Amino acid sequence: MTGTHSELPVAARVRQLEERVIAAGLATDAELDDVLARLYDGASPVNGARMVARAWADESYFRRLLADGNAAAGELGLGDPYGLGYRLKAVANTPQQHNLVVCTLCSCYPVSLLGPSPSWYKSLAYRSRAVRKPRAVLAEFGLELPAGTEIAVWDASAETRYLVVPARPAGTGEMPEDDLAALVTQRGLIGTAVV
Amino acid sequence: MSLRPGSRVRARAGDPDHHTRVPRYVRGHVGEVVELEGEWPLPDDRARRIDPPRVEAVYAVRFPAAELWGEGTHTITVDLWESYLLEEPS
Repeated sequence: MTGTHSELPVAARVRQLEERVIAAGLATDAELDDVLARLYDGASPVNGARMVARAWADESYFRRLLADGNAAAGELGLGDPYGLGYRLKAVANTPQQHNLVVCTLCSCYPVSLLGPSPSWYKSLAYRSRAVRKPRAVLAEFGLELPAGTEIAVWDASAETRYLVVPARPAGTGEMPEDDLAALVTQRGLIGTAVV
Repeated sequence: MSLRPGSRVRARAGDPDHHTRVPRYVRGHVGEVVELEGEWPLPDDRARRIDPPRVEAVYAVRFPAAELWGEGTHTITVDLWESYLLEEPS
């Protein structure tokens, strides 16, 4: 296995699973390494942040992003040469609606645009409580939403991966796009923070 | 089944013996179709190595929290293959 967590107990379990898969003739070690390399090659929240900054700076890009996330990613050269491998849906925060992404069944998430997922995103606690008590979960992340802001939770249970477009912070009107992108965090792209 | 945005649907309540991707917390509950997400192979068939798997429309279906939990004002949108859904009379 390619990785940097070989000292963790879970690494031994993963390796046992890999050995079963290889013994069953379903894949080779090299194929498993290749899948992981392709999954994580270039994967970073910098990619999602670039898309958000472009949307903030360019109203027509914002509209295209909401209409077709894959095409909007492609405009910035993200996902080439094979495409993202999933359907990308961008959901924009407004004063009326805050968006929060979860995968209750496992940990689905747009890895190429957000980077490897944080451990809390994969935790049973987050996955079960985000759909049940999202306002309380957000408060535990330090995000107290106004009472009038509705929460829309998106459970990525099929082939769509969700990207939250945070609201643009006030006072950034003159800021260049690269500086805007630097404001956007991984948590902001999942919806457990605002920017 | 011809579903479109606004269609009312009920997630199937059954608990199949095989792998499926209907989250348990929406089973038997009524929601509203938000959009069609294209057509994708059915994971239930892929997990059972049925070749070729059925390819079905997937819909984003929005459920009010109060429908699922009896309380709450938020919504939860879940992505569901067509055969997971039953049309609900409006």
